[in-house]
Amino acid sequence: MNKNLTIKSLIIDKPLRLDCGQTINNFPLAYETYGSLNENKDNAILVFHALTGDQFVSGVNPITKKDGWWSYAVGSGKAIDTDKYFVVCANVIGGCLGSFGPSNTNPKTNKVYGTTFPIITINDMVNAQHNLLEFFKIKKLFAVIGGSMGGMQVLQFVSNFPNKTKIAIPIATTSNHSAQNIAFNELGRQSIMADVNWANGDYANQNKNPDKGLSVARMAAHITYLSKNGLQEKFGRKLQERDDLKFSFDADFQIESYLRHQGSVFVDRFDANSYLYITRAMDYFDLIKQHDGNLSQAFSGTKTKFLVISFTSDWLYPTSENKEIVIALNAIGIDVGFVEIESDKGHDSFLLKTSSFLDTLKDYINTSYLNNK
Amino acid sequence: MKQEFKIIADLIQSNTRVLDVGCGDGTLMEFLKNNNKIDIRGIEISKNNVQQCIGKGLTVIEGDAEKDLSQFPDGSFDLVILSQTLQAFVNPEKVISELLRVGKKAIVTIPNFGYWKVRLHLLIKGTMPITRTLPDEWYNTPNLHMCTIQDFFNFCKKRKINLYNSIALQNLKSSKITNTNLTLKNLTAVLGIFLIEK
Repeated sequence: MNKNLTIKSLIIDKPLRLDCGQTINNFPLAYETYGSLNENKDNAILVFHALTGDQFVSGVNPITKKDGWWSYAVGSGKAIDTDKYFVVCANVIGGCLGSFGPSNTNPKTNKVYGTTFPIITINDMVNAQHNLLEFFKIKKLFAVIGGSMGGMQVLQFVSNFPNKTKIAIPIATTSNHSAQNIAFNELGRQSIMADVNWANGDYANQNKNPDKGLSVARMAAHITYLSKNGLQEKFGRKLQERDDLKFSFDADFQIESYLRHQGSVFVDRFDANSYLYITRAMDYFDLIKQHDGNLSQAFSGTKTKFLVISFTSDWLYPTSENKEIVIALNAIGIDVGFVEIESDKGHDSFLLKTSSFLDTLKDYINTSYLNNK
Repeated sequence: MKQEFKIIADLIQSNTRVLDVGCGDGTLMEFLKNNNKIDIRGIEISKNNVQQCIGKGLTVIEGDAEKDLSQFPDGSFDLVILSQTLQAFVNPEKVISELLRVGKKAIVTIPNFGYWKVRLHLLIKGTMPITRTLPDEWYNTPNLHMCTIQDFFNFCKKRKINLYNSIALQNLKSSKITNTNLTLKNLTAVLGIFLIEK
């Protein structure tokens, strides 16, 4: 499979100084676009992806051959309507679908970077993606939208570039990663590192892959994306293709089989070191600390209009954390709407066919676009 | 209802920042937005209503006015509106003081429990009054603290709240409430509209 045939990317030839102190230059940023940019160039929407997402938001992902990760929300006639808007999404740096990441080869050593790759932050990801505006000659975006880690990028984007977008929609996100979320990420990282095939991050140069570790990391993380009620309703204690317990450690229960499947398909599409790097970026994200303990300061001077959305059953990025963003914005009089959507699908609600969410998103985007004309 | 909106709109100056507390589905917000050149925000407790407002492009946050007004700094709005919801709060006194902290001024409208039809209903039928503005039964009404125009006057006096403008609404007719006609207006008005300031 030749990835380069289907992956668009631009080479960023402006040096980017990373938060870790290193400077990178001439690095690739892979992206995908949907719809078309109008003459006024006022209909561009930059979508930011979450931890395991990629630039293939909608349509069929050419690598996995599955639907894009946000196909329910993005497409012709959808909430983010590609008949009306020009949608751009880039693979984050540190990722593994064409953007500069730990699976790239270091030209100096001719070896895959692995863990010699510099530590990346949300701030670095956003600064890298800002180059897309210049590339597409867009002076000001219509919207920046993203859920989860994508929401962190939305917040960071407005903070870094206060007047580069008319509206911003952070969804199911936070302004700083909680101890619980750092703990879950660390569990995933330790699972990868405990796999002997990880080989201190050098597996690619040794023709190995820490499949087991990465798969367990995905299984653990997947539980955090769902809710207790959602799991109970979907799986309960149902058995997997058997009438009775087998008195063994096979996947007797459907939920076990489901998680194992999620783990095994994940290793085919995701790089273990990217998983380490991106979870680290999320853990380091703290917009409050970046602004001396005052979140409002992160947004001072912006005219961007915000809509913050959370979900009732999301315990990973709960309503309370989303509300903190709303409070900080209200404290300095920024135009901010907020709604908590009723759903039992947990954190994953934003990726699924949650109709009240998708309807609200669609109406908000369309009326905001018309009001801005 | 429209009459109430018109009176509220007349009390609002253009180029001001306004907050509609308990904005419902945003009907008043839309009306004011179209009539007055203002920057208007809303806060509403019902998810369904909030989704409708957001869909209309109104800036509304989901929240409980009894808790969530605290996020707004002192004097962050020129005017705060509370339309026919004061009686539904657990602690109306606290809500009024929050309105006057967040807003430089506030417009409060109340269904008048002193209205003669309400009084007559209780007097003759001996059951809790049901009228056009108070359509619910005692067991399912959201209204916890009904009051009369006279009660509201007394409250403002006691709390040293300045009553800038008091208007009585009787069907389609509106009239000014003064100290001299207060007793009569308390009998004839369906709705009281008050512009107050601390």
